[in-house]
Amino acid sequence: MRTGATGIIFRREFQAYVRSPMGYIVAAVVLLLDGLLFYSTALGPDAGELLSGEVLRVFFYFASGLTSIAAVALSVRLIAEERQTGTQLLLDTSPIRDWEIVLGKFLSALAFLSVITVATLYIPLLILVNGKIAVGHILIGYLGLILLGGAVLSIGVFATALTRHQLVAVAVAAVITGVMFLLWQLSQIVGSPLSRVFAALAIHGRHFNGFMAGLLHLRDVVYYVALTYFFLLAATRVMEAKRWE
Amino acid sequence: MVELTDVTKYYGRKRALGPVSFEIERGNTVGFLGLNGVGKTTLLKILACGLRPSSGTVTVDGFDVLREPHEVRKRVGYLPELPPVYGDMPVSDYLAFVGQLKGMSRERVAKRVPEVEEYARISEVRDMPTRHLSQGYRQRVGVAQAIIHEPELLILDEPTHDLDPVQIMEMRGMIRRLKDSHTILISSHILPEISETCDRLLILNDGVIIASGTEAELGEKLLMSRHMAVTVRAGGDGAGAPRDVIAAVAGVTGVERAGDTERSSGDADATTYHVEGEADLRAAVCRALIEAGHDVLTLRRAERELERVFVGLVGGARA
Repeated sequence: MRTGATGIIFRREFQAYVRSPMGYIVAAVVLLLDGLLFYSTALGPDAGELLSGEVLRVFFYFASGLTSIAAVALSVRLIAEERQTGTQLLLDTSPIRDWEIVLGKFLSALAFLSVITVATLYIPLLILVNGKIAVGHILIGYLGLILLGGAVLSIGVFATALTRHQLVAVAVAAVITGVMFLLWQLSQIVGSPLSRVFAALAIHGRHFNGFMAGLLHLRDVVYYVALTYFFLLAATRVMEAKRWE
Repeated sequence: MVELTDVTKYYGRKRALGPVSFEIERGNTVGFLGLNGVGKTTLLKILACGLRPSSGTVTVDGFDVLREPHEVRKRVGYLPELPPVYGDMPVSDYLAFVGQLKGMSRERVAKRVPEVEEYARISEVRDMPTRHLSQGYRQRVGVAQAIIHEPELLILDEPTHDLDPVQIMEMRGMIRRLKDSHTILISSHILPEISETCDRLLILNDGVIIASGTEAELGEKLLMSRHMAVTVRAGGDGAGAPRDVIAAVAGVTGVERAGDTERSSGDADATTYHVEGEADLRAAVCRALIEAGHDVLTLRRAERELERVFVGLVGGARA
């Protein structure tokens, strides 16, 4: 039986995360910081009196930032490393399409990021045991984290397709992601109609607030899927263009 | 098997290759010879469908590299200058991964991986991550990945790159075995590698082919004279000096005594002379020396014949 090229790339890349220290370092840092931030906001001596739902909302707020940083860290090696080590030539001379390479790599990073994200589930479960929150709120919050993480991963995949230098890819991905985060803050400052445009484009803020509060809006899901699709398509086009260089 | 017509490749405004046109018959082993940076790797990447030409047409087994690249890729095995291995993957896993990438079924991959491991003599390292392999083993893994899908055309870019002399001999042996079942294109700037393994040579300079043919044909074209090296143990008092005897042979145009570094024949009385002539004068020189009472210990065409051809071509093209 012939395995699809996307599946072949997915398995290889997921194994690379599992085999490399990089994957474990990212996972350890995210889990450590998630735990520390939860302790300081909900359990520590400085923690105020908050409703359980509010504690969960705050958890999803800081988890979204950490997930975004983890997504940048996990994605930048995906294509730049192939170019750096010369293995990109193996992919370029195999009967597979560029979009299959991009999709396989993206899905592997998303799967690994999802594993890290789901590993923080003990925090909402602690809130659930000791307070009153809806399971739906937890599920929607995690869906938001994975959609946001996927969108940032796609930005990282685009950045890593541009260059063979991982540091440059990190910088490009961080700048694009940072600007997309800042658009929400900018939308609060500038007047209409720019404020509406910025708010609609911002990767956080309007589109993530619903997930944090346990509210699922189709509009927000479509936004993240569309953003992911856009950057994966751009990455594919960059890969195709590189064949002409 | 391979046909190129007016192929060029530009990087920005800089011409890296072409225009280049040639054909290669099925079953041939062809060497691309040239200094570093003359377009060999660019040419091979185009043939392997890893790079698109700026203009011209390239077909492999009748399939156009631009219109049907996947059909070409299925038929081509490619070993770049640096083997494209993933350091974290054990050898067997890596070969299975490449086999699947090339479109093989899992069942075929499972059968084929041990075969190529045995062929490339890497069975003993099959469970080792490739980053722990020596350069020689890594190069063999590179060959194994290139042949795993049983391609008709094999493209080897500097296959002896960074290998020690023993590893170079092993690699040459492997290429000779591959010649029986593949059309092979090899690039190199190491001349003996090309001359010992290829049926035909294409010499590249500044992105264009400046000469092609067998080693002998190229020699005929470029060298008006022939070179040989003869090691002589001088005879008794009655014999004339070996140098004079050689110089007196009809057709000899020059005789030079070899430097000290070339005189290590193990015989303290022996002397090596480099002889230049208008034709192959080995028999005449040998006869003259023996008739004059000298002992001929070795007589051979100069080892660096092809280097002379190569340098002559490249030098001429640059002049």
